[in-house]
Amino acid sequence: MSDSPIAMEHGQHGPELRHHFATAEQQRDAASLGMWLFLGTEIMFFGGMFCAYLIYRLWYFNEFAAGSRSLDIRLGTINTIVLICSSLTVALGVRAAQMGKRKLLVILLILTLIFGLAFLGIKGVEWYAKYKEHHIPGPSFDASDLVRDYPQIHIDQSHEQIYFSLYFAMTGLHALHMIIGVGIFAYLLYHAAKGRYTPEYYTPIEMGGLYWHFVDVVWIYLFPLLYLIDRKPLG
Amino acid sequence: MSEHVLSTKLYYGIWIALMVLTVVTARIAFIDLGPFNTVVALVIATCKALLVVLFFMHVKYASEKLVKMVIVASIFWLLLLLLLSLADYGTRYVRHG
Amino acid sequence: MATAVITPERENYLNQEYGIRSWLLTVDHKRIALLYLISITFFFFIGGFFALLIRLELLTPAGDLVQADTYNKLFTMHGQVMVFFFLIPSIPAVLGNFLVPLMIGAKDLAFPRINLLSWYLYIIAGIMMLHCIVTGGVDTGWTFYTPFSTAFSNTKVIEAGLSIFVAGFSSILTGLNFVVTIHRMRAPGMTWSRLPLFIWAHYATSIIQLLGTPVLAVTLVLVVCERVFHLGIFDPTRGGDPLLFQHLFWFYSHPAVYIMILPAMGVVAEIVPCFSRKRIFGYKAIALSSIAIAVFGFLVWAHHMFVAGISLYSALIFSALSYLVAVPSAIKVFNWTATMYKGSITFSTPMLYAFGFIGLFTMGGLTGLFLAALGIDVHVTDTYFVIAHFHYIMVGGAVMGYLGGMHYWWPKISGRLYPEWLGKFAALIVFLGFNLTFFPQFILGYMGMPRRYWQYPPEFQVLNVLSTAGSTILAVGYVLPMVYFLWSMRYGKLADDNPWGAAGLEWQTTSPPPTFNFDHEPEVTWEAYNYDQIPAPAEEVAVER
Repeated sequence: MSDSPIAMEHGQHGPELRHHFATAEQQRDAASLGMWLFLGTEIMFFGGMFCAYLIYRLWYFNEFAAGSRSLDIRLGTINTIVLICSSLTVALGVRAAQMGKRKLLVILLILTLIFGLAFLGIKGVEWYAKYKEHHIPGPSFDASDLVRDYPQIHIDQSHEQIYFSLYFAMTGLHALHMIIGVGIFAYLLYHAAKGRYTPEYYTPIEMGGLYWHFVDVVWIYLFPLLYLIDRKPLG
Repeated sequence: MSEHVLSTKLYYGIWIALMVLTVVTARIAFIDLGPFNTVVALVIATCKALLVVLFFMHVKYASEKLVKMVIVASIFWLLLLLLLSLADYGTRYVRHG
Repeated sequence: MATAVITPERENYLNQEYGIRSWLLTVDHKRIALLYLISITFFFFIGGFFALLIRLELLTPAGDLVQADTYNKLFTMHGQVMVFFFLIPSIPAVLGNFLVPLMIGAKDLAFPRINLLSWYLYIIAGIMMLHCIVTGGVDTGWTFYTPFSTAFSNTKVIEAGLSIFVAGFSSILTGLNFVVTIHRMRAPGMTWSRLPLFIWAHYATSIIQLLGTPVLAVTLVLVVCERVFHLGIFDPTRGGDPLLFQHLFWFYSHPAVYIMILPAMGVVAEIVPCFSRKRIFGYKAIALSSIAIAVFGFLVWAHHMFVAGISLYSALIFSALSYLVAVPSAIKVFNWTATMYKGSITFSTPMLYAFGFIGLFTMGGLTGLFLAALGIDVHVTDTYFVIAHFHYIMVGGAVMGYLGGMHYWWPKISGRLYPEWLGKFAALIVFLGFNLTFFPQFILGYMGMPRRYWQYPPEFQVLNVLSTAGSTILAVGYVLPMVYFLWSMRYGKLADDNPWGAAGLEWQTTSPPPTFNFDHEPEVTWEAYNYDQIPAPAEEVAVER
């Protein structure tokens, strides 16, 4: 089999090259296309919820506006900034891997994890606030505080519950993706610390980075759609 | 995917732009632009998304068009779902409240 | 195409390693294909069992075999099992997994471990569905319409929904694997315009799987959440819109029917040129029409909702778009037929199934146009006309394509020949049984018999009896191949590399292939379907032991 172009001598490639690939480049290109296709499926996955959001925002704008105002815009903005910072550290981390700077890569991965956990922590704080305000959909849902706060618009509590249902569904799904991202980056950190990633092989860092950036992009849309529906001063 | 090593200056520049746009979008929400509040918010979000996708995710430097096609196709399909659903919801008579 | 005499002991993917671990932990796409073959056959018989119970109940106008609630469960489980656990995986997971790398000259799929994961997800989903069935089942119809599924049904909606969620991920991963493989792993010289049409069909199918299935997944999540927390998203008494569920559901489930039929069309596109000894007519048209079907298929979903309450304006749009989607399918039918013109036809078993496919799919497809017309749909929607329409396509089309493909590639998969006369006999039984089962249902629907009803007025009985009689004949036709395929694995004549004298890289390796598919990496310098250069097979295709 040694004359076959697809059989490689073991000395010619690192252990990462899987035997059904002819070259390392083919393997990397396959991984990249696979990750992008997966992100495409994620766009459609979140997209179904965006469709539900679109319809109900058109139908129940008042309730959506009131619910949006009840969210803490400072925490939302801070969280957006946290995620953007994490995307920076991820991008710089990929660059460090490309240049073989192991220590720098490890530091950047740790920073990314810190930002990711900070995001989740702040999200937890926000959800807890919603819990205290009885804005979590279900048997204990009670939006009478919003009805009181906005006498100038008619608020139907069951429509308000739909807003909060979508709020929790969408931020919940996003947070789940963040948790998975944190898990992935913990894995990458472990292997980066052991020196597994080199300028010749840093595909997992790159692919993990693509996933993380995608989760950031989803939040970039969730922030205005959930927090900034109507913040105009009330006349 | 791409062998380009981008400069740290570029990454920090994009980061600053993203932070600025975030603050802008949060602030503009408090200004009454009528129906354009939503438009402006989505336009800013799209700018931010483009910055992340093109630069942080290296799509601007991708060697083949396939990656761009995957992104465009996915967004196009999402728009199909949203717009064709609107074809129904936009033309029904619905009682509110 | 001279073939060497085969010694049965030569190493191939089947005998390379023995033991259950070597199968359950395999990453060889060919072994995974066989794992899928066993599992989907199992679920096919589960779904078929429910079908037989339905047909038994419908022998008489009265509801005398089962209770109404039970009948609701029967048609629901029949639909869910057949759609999600048989039809959607069938050709891609069995024939696609086996053949895609072989046809493009690759050693395996791009992500072999993800391929195995995909099978395990299917098995987990299947176990969940079986558990759901034995603990009471679901009665919502396979379509899970709200608010019945979210607020009123007392059955195991959540478990069924989660099972299908997991099965959906299996499907997504298969599609992802195929797209990356077809883009990245083609052998030198295998350009896009030399790809077999089976590959084009699976590429188009995979696009649908990738873009549509996630919407179903998130919709099922919303249904489960609604059921648990009473959110109101789909509940009209709480401000929700039941039609939103239907929009989201059908956004996937209509393209899903193209997931079910496109691979079968790919199979037919391989069989017809081989048994006409002619190049396929209109290669480019067939390839592009596969992509067109995948794209247009996403534009028509609300034709399942014409009478559900969508606006008339949108109904008109979706009706017009539904006519459009018929065009690429028709193009394929014309091209297959043109391929046969002045060809040298052999009525082998695969070719019989291909003929059956072309005729029955055409009938099913044409009746789809009836349904796309708003004026007609108002009368025949939710009647047996619709049931007949989709069974003509799903069973007369997809299942016959699947069986044709299984017979065509069986020598390659197993290294054995099935008994040809039995194959032809079973094909005829399937064809006769099928038409006797489902043609009367067109008439029943036109006469007004509703679907999903467990009782019916006595004037419908004769046609129902004919339909049930047909279904028992059809069942025999389905059992026969299973029996003789199994028989052939031990007692069948050994097959040589290319018993049909077919074009395609898969026929240029041994039957069965070695684990890494080819002894030397192929280099392709010829166009697809080069039947002008390939001699017809010898009369006796078997090899002496």
